[in-house]
This record gives sequence, structure tokens and C-alpha cells, in this order.
Amino acid sequence: MPEVILKATDLVKHYPIKGGILRRTVGHVKAVDGVSFELLKGETLGVVGESGCGKSTLGRLLMRLEEPTSGSVEFEGRDMHKQSSSDMRRMRRDIQIVFQDPYTSLNPRKTVGDIIGEPFEIHPDAVPKGGRRRAVQELLEKVGLNPEHINRFPHQFSGGQRQRIGIARGIALNPKVLICDEPVSALDVSVQAQVVNLMEKLQNELGLSYVFIAHDLSVVRHISDRVAVMYLGKIAELGEEDEVYDRPTHPYTQALLSAVPVPDPTLRGKREQIVLTGDVPSPANPPAGCRFHTRCWRAQDLCKTEVPPLEPRPDGVGAHLSACHFAEVRAIIETARADNSGLIFDKGISDPAAPSDSVDSGAPVGAGAERTSLATADIADAGVDALRAGPIDHQVADQAQTVIRESDTPRA
Amino acid sequence: MSAAAVKTGSMSPYHAQDGLLLEVENLHVEFHTRYGVAKAINGVDFSLRQGECLAILGESGSGKSVTAQAVMGILDMPPASIPAGSVKYCGHDLLTMPEDRRRKTRGPEISMIFQDALSALNPTFPVGWQIAEMFREHRGMNKSDAYAQAIKLMERVSIPAAKERVKAYPHQFSGGMRQRIMIAMAIALDPAILIADEPTTALDVTVQAQIMSLLQDLQHERQMGLILITHDLGVVADVADRIAVMYAGRIVEQADVRDIYARPAHPYTKGLLESIPRLDLKGQELAAIGGLPPNLMKIPPGCAFNPRCTMAQDVCRVDLPPLVEVAPNRKSACHFSKEVLGA
Repeated sequence: MPEVILKATDLVKHYPIKGGILRRTVGHVKAVDGVSFELLKGETLGVVGESGCGKSTLGRLLMRLEEPTSGSVEFEGRDMHKQSSSDMRRMRRDIQIVFQDPYTSLNPRKTVGDIIGEPFEIHPDAVPKGGRRRAVQELLEKVGLNPEHINRFPHQFSGGQRQRIGIARGIALNPKVLICDEPVSALDVSVQAQVVNLMEKLQNELGLSYVFIAHDLSVVRHISDRVAVMYLGKIAELGEEDEVYDRPTHPYTQALLSAVPVPDPTLRGKREQIVLTGDVPSPANPPAGCRFHTRCWRAQDLCKTEVPPLEPRPDGVGAHLSACHFAEVRAIIETARADNSGLIFDKGISDPAAPSDSVDSGAPVGAGAERTSLATADIADAGVDALRAGPIDHQVADQAQTVIRESDTPRA
Repeated sequence: MSAAAVKTGSMSPYHAQDGLLLEVENLHVEFHTRYGVAKAINGVDFSLRQGECLAILGESGSGKSVTAQAVMGILDMPPASIPAGSVKYCGHDLLTMPEDRRRKTRGPEISMIFQDALSALNPTFPVGWQIAEMFREHRGMNKSDAYAQAIKLMERVSIPAAKERVKAYPHQFSGGMRQRIMIAMAIALDPAILIADEPTTALDVTVQAQIMSLLQDLQHERQMGLILITHDLGVVADVADRIAVMYAGRIVEQADVRDIYARPAHPYTKGLLESIPRLDLKGQELAAIGGLPPNLMKIPPGCAFNPRCTMAQDVCRVDLPPLVEVAPNRKSACHFSKEVLGA
């Protein structure tokens, strides 16, 4: 069991709403309202949710850019919000943040060298003065930028390159935890993949732990080991990536997953769509009981009064954390496993004893596209069935291949 | 089928031949700036039929929004200019049409919705007033009739308590509701073509699903031609019939939606499809496209994609590949489209 590096316990952040002539507090925006989780060493915890769910506030609390109303954040066993300012400064070397907007999070009047080198000014003992320029150039190289561009200004870089600068600044002090607040949301798709790949590479090289905050469920699935789904300041569901995506038990997660468009026109009309009515209620006046009950199709009287605790609830295979009184697993997406050689249908029942390359021979297809024909799906099923039955029937695999070729021909 | 009226029961002077609504040919758009001439659109051809949904897909700076604005006739000229090309609506070239006639096409014939509803709506007037304005301006209705129509439309786009909210201001609505109001304005005069420029980009995913399904319902109900401008390959896969992929101001690939996802014929399209993480895939390796989109003031010679293309050969650096038919109903602008298709 890897050690816990960052631990949030019952974190609450309420912002006062001032009103009237006397600017008295008339209410509170309950941005984060009782969030607990643990971040393990070397893992990526994804935090997803719609706008206003409190995910960015959570990120700021984890950095102590905000003081919590109540609750605690422990970093390596020490309560972050109880540290003196000098101790906190030392602690910040180990926790850094990358912001969403690469256009506003970099000072336009500073050169890239100054921006990335600023952490070394604040923590002078990190790198001796004479070596700083060299250190910055090494960082530039590490994030895939030209070290000769050290004297350029942010406006001379594109969005993706600026995000790389933000990441270089984030890893300058060799932190243990990097909080990433929507790091790829502002980028074009072709550039987004570059930055996601860079973040994965850096994690492997530097042993970083990420808290990856984003609204894009596909990106979060791709990069995360575990995922927390937030709704109106609370965690609705938390589990391993495949627990949350393949066996969601919270209705909100299910609705969210069903709403994400999948880039595959052959699934059009075949996917289950749960269309939620209405908008997210205001966090200033969240509904009593379960916060989702106003939009939930399964809500009962109990949901209007009792807050469902986030606790392990059965998901058909095991159990993972979910905050729903009537948690029930409902598969929304059919997950395929990408392989170097193609895709297979993986309904969560692949036999670990079977070598995976033989599974591939069952349904080798390219780039996710051929999942298209129903024939292919059936074949993949046949492959899985064959696996479950024990030794692989090579004839089945061979047949499968022929049929796929046939089903491909008209398209070619 | 011949000379079918675009719309039934309206007094539109335009008639679509065989359902063909829009033909854009060899369209060029340039922006004259202090730093030089940015060639935003460099020869775009496409057509749109009744009831069809064409998606124009591209990244920022690919020219997809400028194409829409040129069709709609809302480009600021100057700095923009259209040195060549034609945009034919039911056979009439919009670009050479006198401005007062063209003005009458905006709304009743072609209308548009934008990404950011908050800045597209006027914050100083009630939403009902803004919807009703369409009827007063184009149909000469009196105030109370126009308001009654506005309420009907707000109900059609599923705004709850439309009667009470007709006098509310844009800031009193949520993002999704504002987008619905903009859609109500756009469909008010029953246009033949609706252009939707990134209609759901600013919205949350659950609201996006609501808006896209509303747009689809309206399109089917009214047999509109829909031009959907987006960068989101997922949204396109859900709603479009045909796709035009744009890069550096040109269409690099055009095909039916199923063909393009199953088997792209241009390396850029292929790269895009391989670079997006999919919700229903595990352990996927993202094959990012290297490099950056070109500066529109310095588009590289030959194929604009050649500096980022893994298949680029010498010919790609010299000769601009034309958009040609590579298979039935498919066009690609790549010297090696056969190889891409076969790969």
C-alpha cells in the first residue's frame, strides 16, 4: 500500500455574501462543503464536476491559497493550515500548482527565465545563484521548449507552449504534489494531447502525485488512477478510474457520463442518454438532504431530508465510495481497451490468466474506428466468451479475423 | 424534385433547386492588419442541402468561424476583405447582392447563434423584447402580437414559466437558458439555414446535451439546413451528417460522418482522431500531433500541414494539394490520401 501524501478531512469553505447598506453578511456560498479524501504517493487523483461544483476552490484549499472555514489538510502527516508562515513556505516547495489559463497566469512583463526562475528567488537555497539560469534552461528542455528561448516573453509563445511554461514553473522546486487546475481546458485538441503526454512523462520521471482538476471526463479518465466526482461542494462518488467509469453507482455520475459525446458516429442513438432537466442549483442555497435530489430521477422523500454519507456501496464487483441512499450500479459506457494493435471489448470480465495478445487476435482493429460494425462487437464478445471458457480456440480467433476483413471491405 | 420552395407557407422569394440551399465556391477572406495580411480563408468550397447537418470542424485559427461570418455577411470590412469567391443562397450570390436585399436574408433565410450568449444578447433589454424585435422588424407586427409570438417561441425552446420570464433580462438567466433564448431568436422567422458557431462550448456537459438535442429537434421539425461549427469531435459524431475539416483556412477533408471516423483520408484528420482521449477507452496512448498550427500571415508553401505531418515528402513542401474526390462522396486535400486511407 503506497503511503498517503496528502489528506483532506471534512474540508469546508464558505464565502460570505455581503448585502445591504451596512454590507452585512446575508448568506454564504457553500463552495466546498465537507470534502474528505486521500492522495497516495505517485498517483493521479482526478476531480471532475461541472462549473460551480467547488473543484477549483478545493484546489486552492489544498495549496493553502485559501483558509478553510473548517476541516484540515494534512501533507505528509502535518496539518497544513496550522503551519507558521515560514513553515508553510517550506511546505510549499513540495506542493505546487498549475493554473488553467496560460494567458493570465504568466506575468506578461517578465521573461520566461524570470517566470520559471522565480521559485528559486523565493527559495534561494534550492539552487545556488550561479546555477539558476542553467536550471531554468534544463526545465525548459524537460517540458519540451527550446532552452534558447529563455529571454522571450509570454506573448511570443502559443497557448500550449505557455502551459508548458506554467508546468515548468510548477516543477521547478521538485515538488512531491502538483495540483493541476484545468491545465488543458484552454488548449486546442491537437495541443491538448501534447500537454497530457508531457504531464504523464513528468510524473513517471519525477514520481509526482497529481490532483488533476478538470471538467472533461474523457481527459480525466485518461490521466487518472482514481477519480472523485463533485457536485455542489460535495464528493458524490470516489473510486478507481474503472469503478467510477464502468460501474458508477451515483445517479449524478451516471447522468454525467451519459451526457459526454463520444467521437464515434456508429454509437449514435445506441448510447443510453440520461438528460437531466434544469440547471445546477446555486451553491448559495443548496438543496437540503442530498444536493442532487432536485434533478435526480430516483429521488424519494428520504433524499430531501437526509444527507447521504460518502461510504462504500456495492458496485457489482466490489464496492466503492458513493453518496447516494439508493446507490445502484448502472453501466453507462461500454469500455474498450486500447492496445498497440487495436481495441477489444472489455466488459470488465477479462480473464487475467489469458495472455492479452491472444485477445487481440480475436478482434484486431485500428484506431477505434472498426468498433463500428455490430459484427465486430459480436466477435469481440465471442473472443471474450472463448477466454472465459478457458483455453483459447484459435479457430474462433481466425474466423473472427476473416469476418472483420469482410465487414471492412465495403468501407475501404 | 424540382424548384421546391424552401419553406412552406412563407413568402420567401427564394427557392431551392433540388433541395440545394447553399453553395460556397472558392471563398477567400483576408484580414489587413498592421503586421501584414492574415489569410484566414484560402479557397473554401462546400454546399448545404435542406435538412442536412454539416459540421465544420477545426481548431482555433483554422477559419471555421470566419467562414460562417462570411456566409452570414457579418464580417467587419475593413479589416476583412473577400478578394474572391461566391456564396450562393438558392442560386443568388449573397456577396454581390445589394446590402438592403442581403439584410432581408438575415433572419428569415439564414440565421446564426453564437458561443457566448451573454455577449450576443443585449443586456439592457428584456429577452422577450429582443425576440419580439425580430417580428416587429421583419414582419411588421405590433407590440402585443410580437410579444405573444416571443412567448410561444420561449415555450418551444423549453424555457420554464415563459409568460413570467418574458420581461426578464439576460443576466437573470443561466448560461443554458440564455443559449435557449438565442436559439429562439434565431429560429423566430423560420430560417432555411441555421449556423451554430460553437453553440455549446461555454456550457457544462449536461447542459450541452440538452442544447444539442433541442437543436436537433428543431432542425428535424423545420427541415433546416444546419451548419455546426465546432472543435469537438464528440459533438460532431453525435449530430452531423457530413463533416468538413478545416486547417489553415482550407478544407482538407470532406466526407460523410461515418466514413471520416472509420477511415480518415487526410493525415490531419487522422492525427486529430488519434489525439483525443475517449471516454470509453482504457489504456489509450494519445498520439499527439507535433508542432503548432501555422501563423496565418506566414502559411508554409505547399500543403499547410506539411511541417507537422509525419508523411510529408518533398512534393508536400512545394505543391498545394487540391481538394479532390478520393472515393465516392469523399474529398481529401492530400498528395498521399490513398496511402492514408490504406493505412
